[in-house]
Amino acid sequence: MPDQLLFAMEVSLNGLMTGIMYALVALGFVLIYKASGIFNYSQGVMALFAAMTLVGIQEGRVPFSHLINSIFGTHITEFGFEVPALLAILLTVAVMIAFALFVQKFVFRHLVGQEPIILFMATIGLAYFLEGVSDLMWGSEIRQLDVGLPQGINGAIDNATFEALGYGFFIDNLDISAAIIAAILVAVLIAFAQYTKQGRAMRAVADDHQAALSVGISLNYVWILVWSLAGIVALVAGVMWGSKSGVQFSLSLIALKALPVLMLGGFTSIPGAIIGGLIIGMGEALFEFVVSSNDLFGAWFGFTFSATENWFAYVLALAFLVFRPQGLFGERIIERV
Amino acid sequence: MFYREAGDYKTSYAQDNQTFPIAFDRYRYYFVVAVGFALLPFVMTDYLANAILLPFLIYAIAAIGLNILVGYCGQVSLGTGGFMAVGAYTSYKLMTAFPWMDMVSVTLLSGLMTAIVGMAFGLPSLRIKGFYLAVATLAAQFFLVWLFNRVPWFFNYSASGQISAPERSMFGWAITGPAANPSVKYLFCLLFVFVLAWLARNLTRGSIGRQWMSIRDMDIAAEIIGVNPLRAKLSAFAVSSFYVGIAGSLFFTVYLGAVEVGASFGIQKSFLVLFMIIIGGLGSIFGSFAGAAFMVLLPVALTRIFADGFGWDTALARHIEFVIVGGLIMFFLIVEPHGLARLWALAKEKLRLWPFPY
Amino acid sequence: MDGQTSTVTPDGRTIGGVVMEMRNITLRFGGVIAIKDISFDVRHGEIRAIIGPNGAGKSSMLNVISGFYNPQEGEVWYKGEKRKPMKPYQVARQGIARTFQNIALFDGMTVLDNIMTGRLNHMKASILDQAIWWGRAEREEVANRQKAEEVIDFLEIQSIRKTPVGRLPYGLKKRVELARALVAEPEILLLDEPMAGMNVEEKEDMCRFILDVNDEFGTTIVLIEHDMGVVMDISDRVVVMDYGKKIGDGVPDEVRNNPDVIDAYLGVAHD
Repeated sequence: MPDQLLFAMEVSLNGLMTGIMYALVALGFVLIYKASGIFNYSQGVMALFAAMTLVGIQEGRVPFSHLINSIFGTHITEFGFEVPALLAILLTVAVMIAFALFVQKFVFRHLVGQEPIILFMATIGLAYFLEGVSDLMWGSEIRQLDVGLPQGINGAIDNATFEALGYGFFIDNLDISAAIIAAILVAVLIAFAQYTKQGRAMRAVADDHQAALSVGISLNYVWILVWSLAGIVALVAGVMWGSKSGVQFSLSLIALKALPVLMLGGFTSIPGAIIGGLIIGMGEALFEFVVSSNDLFGAWFGFTFSATENWFAYVLALAFLVFRPQGLFGERIIERV
Repeated sequence: MFYREAGDYKTSYAQDNQTFPIAFDRYRYYFVVAVGFALLPFVMTDYLANAILLPFLIYAIAAIGLNILVGYCGQVSLGTGGFMAVGAYTSYKLMTAFPWMDMVSVTLLSGLMTAIVGMAFGLPSLRIKGFYLAVATLAAQFFLVWLFNRVPWFFNYSASGQISAPERSMFGWAITGPAANPSVKYLFCLLFVFVLAWLARNLTRGSIGRQWMSIRDMDIAAEIIGVNPLRAKLSAFAVSSFYVGIAGSLFFTVYLGAVEVGASFGIQKSFLVLFMIIIGGLGSIFGSFAGAAFMVLLPVALTRIFADGFGWDTALARHIEFVIVGGLIMFFLIVEPHGLARLWALAKEKLRLWPFPY
Repeated sequence: MDGQTSTVTPDGRTIGGVVMEMRNITLRFGGVIAIKDISFDVRHGEIRAIIGPNGAGKSSMLNVISGFYNPQEGEVWYKGEKRKPMKPYQVARQGIARTFQNIALFDGMTVLDNIMTGRLNHMKASILDQAIWWGRAEREEVANRQKAEEVIDFLEIQSIRKTPVGRLPYGLKKRVELARALVAEPEILLLDEPMAGMNVEEKEDMCRFILDVNDEFGTTIVLIEHDMGVVMDISDRVVVMDYGKKIGDGVPDEVRNNPDVIDAYLGVAHD
């Protein structure tokens, strides 16, 4: 097989792995959108906040230490003990649930019945707010996150592909575990939505708020549930991205990557989020590979094409939407008057 | 008690259509304009111009532009930063390619160029609605920033990738470049603000303004009563981008003098201008000014209080700013989706009846 | 009636020739047939009612006329010409205005601005003219304002002209909607359940306005209504629909005695 093709295969495989990460973030969006019609821009910042909290708890940092030190002139930063990973994860889940309660009580309960676009803008405000809180609580330095996931190149795949094709594929172990965890998470979520009482309530609310209210489902409860779930999904996404490239501000930008995934897959479809994530992960990796490795493009345009992953996903999704406004799996829109 | 319509009889529909139907408002407007043009230039300092007035005026133009699109036509755009970049880079290319061109033409042509680009990116709005469109405008944001960052032609193949404005003057006064006097820069921007705000007011009170608002309030009904959605939406994108482009151009040529596209026109800028119109008031020209003033003054005030006053870290002041801005956005959307301008209008309504409200 | 010559009604209005004709209209949504092979005509100056039980396809019919839905089969003839498939705003420009079953006013605007949107096809100033305002745009604004004020006087809503529409009660909203359609000076006015949800008094007012519009401006009116009493009182001819099909067409008395219509309304069982 020619080298270029092998490279392309490796690139697309890695793209698929990244795509799973995108899908993971997109999943958080879909959950909230389906249940409340809120398009939650702050999902990415939630991932950042969750990962920051996890690291902070693990390392035994004092929350708001910066602020406290400034006000009282003290110099405390750490409690001096470390928390085991599993306990830290549980504590972070508790923090995310508390955040869900806060958001519901102080923000979205007061915005019931507003237009979707107002809700969307409110979540942009929430994103800013949460980012500020995250920085105040844990500082804005880059942190290393390690919850014991396997790291490094997977030797088995490297060897197997080398023997079969004469060229070893480099796939990160972390990506593989991310894929597995994502698959489990999706299975659990679908099972939860299909087979539990809470899940049924969630789907009922997603279908029709008024009708759900009239059969005695508490909207408040369902929304807190959904925001908590989204918080947990954010934590998983935060752990994955954080383990890969450290916990830092740029982690919140993965939300921006999830948006085109959603446009492609449709805002209401869980399978859509996954397939959209895969298409975009693979598409942008391949596109970047083709345009940056091929001298032709450079010759045509007089400059080297690179870093196209910044916009490729958006332009792809945009082009796609113009032809199919409801996305791949979204429900067909019939307009009425 | 002088704040009344009573006794100020309107005898024609033209009079009834005027911008400030109450005499007191009219006089206050004349007063503000007089102070702006005749007093402030003589008491101008570098700090006042660079920290407050120039960013305020330039952001006011951008906010009016975005407000036309979001507040009047209901099409949410997150591509403001990218469109400002189009204005800035058009100015740069024009100034370097045609050194004889005067700054007013440069600025207006930059606005026109941005209007064309804005219309192109507005085309999907015919098929996509609501936040699908908001997300789609992010495509413009990322693509444009990438374009200006990566294609060397746009920054004249300079090694740093930055662009910087050469010195240009009009009537013997330097407007751009390090030698420019802050009063001159201020007056140049103020002139644009004054004319553009007046044009925006006219557009929003006339037939096209009503078409925009009808699309915003109920697009299907608007089309059925005879609004051509293509024309209404694209004109909103064009006018809005024209304003935003002029703001981007002034931001680069007059205010900063040198920019790097990622730092100056990134997505944060899009959000900043969006926040201005949410806090100031969607669908209000006055609100665009109020929001711009608020968002320019807030960081200055916070730095003054926390960093200068308490001696805290400036990073900490910045984090607190995030919390406050985010909190305010949510607060305004919950309490008063029409922002500061609405609160102002309510206060005026009270004043009209004061002191006998019943 | 042969469709060409004009006739005079007992109350002295002149009804002219056919102005609009629906020929074999069929409209489907996926597998659901909303309208099945319906034909009827509308004559100049008449009040034409479409009645039928819920889900009979009345609103869909109105949406076909106003260009919001394009039927899969059939033709719409307007003023003696076959109408090409067109966008709703193009239909509006041909002089067809309408109101909506669920009020579709622009909530963020004042009553006056809402009504002025109805004049927009009469306003020709370019965007540049409007930006500068002085001159053409202002003259045009004032001239059209005059027209809007006439309609405001006619419908007796002077006192609320500067009120934001969102604050108005239901009955007034319906009236403002009628004003917005009327101010366009349409050839044909489509009214989708103009009296739904109103009390007796409001219904009487609305009836009076509809009759006055027809009488004073000679506007052709096509209306959908549930209240049989009202329909039989004010309309010249009635089309009856049931399950997407036409089951009756004629003057109110004919329709009232049509056995199919009685079946549809009373649900008489067939053996």
